[in-house]
Amino acid sequence: MADIQIDRIVKAFGTVVALEEVRLDVPDGEFLALLGPSGCGKTTLLRIIAGLETQTSGRVRIGGRDVSDLPPRRRALAMVFQNYAVFPHMTVAENIGFGLRMRGDDAATVRAAVGRAAELLKMTPYLDRYPSKLSGGQRQRVAVARALAVEPAVLLMDEPLSNLDALLRLEMRAELKAVLREAGTTTLYVTHDQTEAMGLADRIAVMEKGRIVQIDRPAALYRHPRTRFVGGFVGTPPMNFIPVVAAGGRAMIGPLAVQAPVRDGPVLMGVRAEDLDLTDDDGAAPLMVRVTEPMGSHLLVTGEAAGVTVRAMAPADADLPAGRPVGFRPRPERVVWMDPESGQALEMRA
Amino acid sequence: MPARSPYLPYLLIAPSILFLAVFFLWPFAQTVVMAFTVDGQTSTGNFARMAADLNFWPAMGNTFALVIVVVPLQVALALTMAVMIQKMTTGRDIVLWIWTIPLGISDLAAGLAWLAILSNNGYFNTVLFHLGIISGPTGWLSYETPLTLFFAVVVAEVWRATALVFVILVAGLQLIPKEYAEAAEVFGASPWQRFRHVTLPLLKPSLQSALILRTVLAFEVFAVAYALGGRNIPILVGEAYTWMNANQNTGVAAAYAGVVLLVSLASTIVWLRVIRVRREHLP
Ligand SMILES: Nc1ncnc2c1ncn2[C@@H]1O[C@H](COP(=O)(O)OP(=O)(O)OP(=O)(O)O)[C@@H](O)[C@H]1O
Ligand SMILES: [Mg+2]
Repeated sequence: MADIQIDRIVKAFGTVVALEEVRLDVPDGEFLALLGPSGCGKTTLLRIIAGLETQTSGRVRIGGRDVSDLPPRRRALAMVFQNYAVFPHMTVAENIGFGLRMRGDDAATVRAAVGRAAELLKMTPYLDRYPSKLSGGQRQRVAVARALAVEPAVLLMDEPLSNLDALLRLEMRAELKAVLREAGTTTLYVTHDQTEAMGLADRIAVMEKGRIVQIDRPAALYRHPRTRFVGGFVGTPPMNFIPVVAAGGRAMIGPLAVQAPVRDGPVLMGVRAEDLDLTDDDGAAPLMVRVTEPMGSHLLVTGEAAGVTVRAMAPADADLPAGRPVGFRPRPERVVWMDPESGQALEMRA
Repeated sequence: MPARSPYLPYLLIAPSILFLAVFFLWPFAQTVVMAFTVDGQTSTGNFARMAADLNFWPAMGNTFALVIVVVPLQVALALTMAVMIQKMTTGRDIVLWIWTIPLGISDLAAGLAWLAILSNNGYFNTVLFHLGIISGPTGWLSYETPLTLFFAVVVAEVWRATALVFVILVAGLQLIPKEYAEAAEVFGASPWQRFRHVTLPLLKPSLQSALILRTVLAFEVFAVAYALGGRNIPILVGEAYTWMNANQNTGVAAAYAGVVLLVSLASTIVWLRVIRVRREHLP
């Protein structure tokens, strides 16, 4: 059993507050992705869990044991560093076997584990090379293999696939997921890349400016963002937010009346691009097309409606040149409502 | 823009080459000529005379013994000090400053300071006397007490020149990115394992420079030994000085200088071989 409990962790670097009362429970065996923009405190949180940084206040428990005051080597976890930190004076094999050698495993065990980890990350041909003779992506894979080789109960990964090409990343992602599920490893996985987070994670925690703003299963996070930030950050393209005025359960976008089961007054209607139906009906909300981008499977249409940028999707063969007015209708069951002031989701009326 | 002249680099280093030629290469050549000249004739007589001298082998032995004891001691001490200071956050600069004070003191002054401490009526004996360990003035630095004299020189040399090694190692440690120590720690390395498997290998280039510099300088030890023991502890450079000044024999003095040069060169080669620095294994 190795669950992670992060209890009101605060971290201040001088006057910069990197983490504000972060709470997070990762149950045993869960794969949790930490998603957030650059500088929001993801690395700092991971480093505090690893014991490389001392929290200003708060506690970290791993497997029920309070490790807050233990040095990193007593916390029994492994980590993939954002900057790899692959030892330059050791070969790939020595790097991968480092953790095993430090805990005194015998040579045969080390060799077998190194072989397995290298195989998984396709690094077998490079076992005798030194890191200076590797590409960035290969070094990164050494860092991942080094962490997997110790078969940790808790694994912290800081953007471990960021330097791989798209195809290899896709492959590695699948391999990682399979291996970690098989081993039942509790994993905290930091990434910028939300497709990666969506594809890999059991749950995603979205961070913003040192706080965790929402933790949910990928689908729920996508469907029901709890704040405007989450809706805008998760999903490509970002969620549309159209300002309307709700009155008596209804709101008007131009000539189109939509159901607005929220409090009366100005509100934001959040709706994803794929949940807008484009149409040439007279009764639809008008959209002035500015750009269309062919995405292969569909067209991404960017235009203007109600004074804001709105993105919608159209079939790949639709004829929508820039400057053409078109209409859209949001699917009512797919709409979320936000407070324009606070950016928080609004309660829906029954 | 016109292409840069290929001669420019040579032009730029010419002054320093000239300087070295006038003040180093020329005297060096002269020394070699002197060492191989007896009464205006080319000969190896100076070397024969040097080797036959009563003090030659003791000087050789003492010098090597000093190098073998002093250099490892200094490196071990400096390494410990450098690692310790690396861990400090407050007061680090003050400690660094205090530990490097000896760098600013000339070796003769250092020798005289230790003479004041260790002479018959020196501070050391005063303390021992008050503690009741000795009953009166006791000599540590005479020809009758070669062992204590030797260790007095060792102590003074360690005190005087460890800072040099220390400064080089501190600079070297600062060049090692801390991510490696962190990775080692996360993967379960104890403090000793971290030092042994990560810090030490990455410190090799600085360690090599420090060892070469310190060994070469240790073979040239003179003022400290001379201040403490005079000729009671014969050493190579001291003998060169005696032949030059007291005996007015520049030929044999030059032969001694030649020997010092040879052992210094040899020690440099040894360190280059023993501690192999491979650039591609560094960050
Ligand atoms: N050692 C430090 N001293 C001062 N401020 C720091 C330090 N480390 C991080 N910070 C600050 O803390 C905040 C969070 O940094 P952190 O590295 O955790 O971000 P991140 O989410 O990992 O970003 P990225 O995605 O770019 O890696 C940033 O504002 C950063 O400037
Ligand atoms: Mg980071």
